[in-house]
Order: sequence, then structure tokens, then C-alpha cells
Amino acid sequence: MTLSASQKEAIAGYAFILPIMSGFLLFLAFPVVASFFVSLADWNLINDPEFAGIGNYIQLFQDPFFWTCLKNTAYFSLFAVLFGMFLSLYLANLIHETKPKGASFFKSSLFLPVILSSVAVALVWQWLLDGQMGMINHLLNMVGLPSVPWLTSPAVALNSVILVAVWRQIGYNMVIFLAALANVPDELYEASSLDGASRFQTFWNVTWPLISPATFFIAVTSIINSFQVFDITTILTNGGPANSTNTLIMMIYQNGFQFFKMGYASGIAYVLFGIILIITAIQTIVSKRWVHS
Amino acid sequence: MSTLTVHKPLERAGAYILLSIFAFLMLAPLFWALLTALKPVGAVFDDPFGLSVDTWSLKSFTDVFKTTPFHIYMFNTLKITFFSVIGVVATSALAGYAFARLKFPGRDFLFMLLLATMMIPRQVTLVPTFILMKEFGLIDDHLSLILPGAISVFGMFLMRQFFITVPIDYEEAAKIDGAGVLRRFFQVILPFAGSTIATLVLLQVMAVWNDFLYPMVFLNSELNRTLTLGLAILRGDMDTQWNMLMAAVVISNLPILVAFLITQKFVIKGIATTGLKG
Repeated sequence: MTLSASQKEAIAGYAFILPIMSGFLLFLAFPVVASFFVSLADWNLINDPEFAGIGNYIQLFQDPFFWTCLKNTAYFSLFAVLFGMFLSLYLANLIHETKPKGASFFKSSLFLPVILSSVAVALVWQWLLDGQMGMINHLLNMVGLPSVPWLTSPAVALNSVILVAVWRQIGYNMVIFLAALANVPDELYEASSLDGASRFQTFWNVTWPLISPATFFIAVTSIINSFQVFDITTILTNGGPANSTNTLIMMIYQNGFQFFKMGYASGIAYVLFGIILIITAIQTIVSKRWVHS
Repeated sequence: MSTLTVHKPLERAGAYILLSIFAFLMLAPLFWALLTALKPVGAVFDDPFGLSVDTWSLKSFTDVFKTTPFHIYMFNTLKITFFSVIGVVATSALAGYAFARLKFPGRDFLFMLLLATMMIPRQVTLVPTFILMKEFGLIDDHLSLILPGAISVFGMFLMRQFFITVPIDYEEAAKIDGAGVLRRFFQVILPFAGSTIATLVLLQVMAVWNDFLYPMVFLNSELNRTLTLGLAILRGDMDTQWNMLMAAVVISNLPILVAFLITQKFVIKGIATTGLKG
């Protein structure tokens, strides 16, 4: 039996995608589907799973701790994304507009926190924000200001987490914004400048619409990432004080791998998945009105 | 000179000051961590601003290795990173080439299916993946991190987007010479992909090196820990020994920091690519 050239090519094609497809089925497709079925059961991995219907979901929505974690996660995401995007766009635009000498130094400095592990970043900031011995309170006291209970007050801690998260993500967003800014044709700026537009007007009328695909991309990925915050809150505050920084992923971890409530943990994961899907869908619909294509 | 560039001296000065402040805000915490690691224990509290070089010592660094098997954590992280990266480059390059250049039934559907899953948060798969690994007997085995780490839809996408840009003429010429798919892939196309592969390698190194949640769930025993786990546990054990903790932070991030400084061009290019329409 001889194969035609196109048959040979098809066989090669399937062979080439076989490794990624098997990994995809095993580690992505199967778990996503399985997660849903596990969420319909009570299962501690020792006894056989017991069908629970939507019991886990009902229990979840009645669990005040879930609402606390959801509120913390949403508050964190909203402000971390807003500040993270605003600052990174501001700085990217500043570098792009002024083309300062040493631009690569500024870029590298701003990018440095991105490459460090979030665990390490959280540890460094835990040291800086330490109530008694931390450098930040030390500096505040030096200029006559009182110490701030950065990590020990339920009213402050989540804001400190946001500060650290923003500090770590500015550089990442900035690099994407800079790439988008570099693609804006110079002629448009020239035209705008000839019309006598101010810098802000130029930004608003020329730059902003043209970089909107990048803005949209960052908005979507930042929201997805920030809803999954785990490393920073685990290290910096371990969810405390008084659960003021406990997040949804931490709740999944605690239920799944400390209490071995696999069904309940999967239920939380699916609710989180649903929330992210809804937010992304809303962003996509809204973006149709402002993203330049 | 482009009209875009801001020329007014006052505005330029303002921009420099602002950028310098932000650069300082980014670098100062890291310098402070390094300084803490180099100072003797007492000096951290007695003289927090002291920069006196003569008191610096590497004692905190040696203490880290004395109190914990940090060199083993380092080796474990290196091992997991190395094999994940090899795996991800192989699976991504092969599939990226197939999706870019080979014709087979269902190709576009499978490609879209893979892309659609890029949106799924990885944590949704945490519990079933744990159960799966338990069934495979891979809990507390580094393979539980290496195997899923060798699959990256983003990596496949990155490679495919690159392969599409390689002129088809090279391949056509090789085809006429009678080269099969394998030879065209390895000898004609792959040699062009160096910088894209470098980008993929670096992004994957960063992701695996810094991973925390998955090692925390999949690994148990002390000697299997990764650097991030080791750091987290060291903090639990040595709660207020900041000298040592900061030394451990420096040790665990130094390799990746050096790697970044050498190759930042590729890292930045890779991240910039992710944000632009492919």
C-alpha cells in the first residue's frame, strides 16, 4: 500500500500534535470536566465519592466565609488591576513621549520585580512592612508620622497586598504598553501636533484608541490573574488578620488539601471559573464599543 | 526629530524625576533585602540605615545552607525547570509547526479548541489533577510538576505564529529536493526559530522557577521541596530571622536574575508579543 503525499502529510500532522494533544487531554480537558463532576459529590479521597447534587453549591452560597473570600478577591482585583494598569500606562507613555536618556535603565528597573518569584517578593515586603522593625514604619516615624499596622490591621492588610501586587505587575504591563505605543504611526502624532493639540488631547484622541487592543488584553489577563491571587496573600498575611486577606484560591487550597473536601473545593473552583468567564464576557462585549480594530 | 518627543526642558526634567522616583521605588526594596542579608544580625535593628561595608558578612548565606537543605531545593527546582522547558519546547515546536504548515483534517478545529482553553484558570484543574497524580502514584514525585509543565498552549501559539512568517519557498525548495516532513522541520524551518525558542525558554523558566501553588499541593517530603516551597517553610520556621530570610530570597532568585540580565531582550520581546495581536 502506498500513501499519497497529502496522506503522508496528514499522518505527520497528527504525529506532530500528538504530544501536546495528549497533554492537553490529560492535564487540561479531563481535569476541567472532572472538576465539575467532583463538585457534585462529597469526597475525601479515602471513602468512595457520594453524590451530592448541587449540595456543595448550596452550602457554598450559604457559607459566610465564601462571601468574605469573594469580597476580598473582588476588592483586590478591582484595585490591583486599576492601579496596575493606570501606573503602567502612565509610565510607558512617559518613556515613549520623552524618550529619556537611560530609557533602558528605567525599563529594566521597572521590570525587575516581574522576574522575581512572588514568594520572594512577598517575603521582602513582609520585612519592609513589618509593624515594629520594618523599614517603612521606620521612615514614617523619622518624619514624625505614626506607624501603620500594614499587615496586622484588618482594615489595612488587603490594601498592603494590593500595593505589593501592583509593585510586582507594573513592569509586565508596561512592556506590553510600550510595544503597543511603538506601533502608533508617527504621522498621526505629527498631524495631531499640527492641529495644535495638547499632549493630553493627543494621548486621548490618537494614542488611546490605537493602543486599545493592548489595553483590552491587559485588562482581561490582569483580571484573570488577580482573581487567582494566592502566593502573595499566603506569604504576606496567610489570609489574616481576621480573614481580611483570605482569597478564593486560598479557600480552594484549604478545603481541598487541608480538610480534604474535594467536592467543596471543586465547587469553589467552578464558581471562580464562572465569575472569570462572566467578567471576560462583559469585558469583551463592552470592548466592542471602544477597542479599535 | 519626531514631533512626538517632548522637548520642553521643564517637562523633560519632570519626566526624569518621575521615572527616577519609580525606578527607586522598584530597586530600593531589593537593595534593602540584599543589605539585610549582608548585615550581621544585631545591626538590622541597631543601625538600620548603616551602610558600613566592613561589617558585612556572608554568615546569613551560610546559615541558610546550615539550617535547611537549600542546595537540594535549588537542585530540585533546576531539575523541574530543566525538564519542563525541554518538554515545552519540543511539544510547542512540533505542534506549532503542524498547525502552521501541515494540512490535516480537523486542524483548524483542534487549533481553536486549544486556544479557547488559554482562558481557563489553571486552578480550576487543581483538584482533579491532584487526584490524577494520586492515581498515577506521582504525588511527591517531581514528574507531577514536569509532565503538566511540558504542555503550554501559549508556547504552541508563540511557535505557530513564528513558523507562519517563515517564507514557504524554503520548504518548497526542500520538497522538490525530496525532503520529507521531518527533514523539512528539523533542517529547514527549525534553524530559523532560534530567538522564538529562546523567548519561550525564558518565559517558561520564569513560570516554573517561581511556581508555588502546584509544588505546595503535589510535593510533601522535605527533600523534594522546590525553592519557593523552601522559602515559604523557612519563613514559618525562622519567623523573625530576617537576615537569613533575605539571604534565602537572594539565593533563590539570583540564578533567574542573572539569566534575565543576560537575556532580557528575549524576555521583553516575548512578553510584548503576547499583548499584540498575533
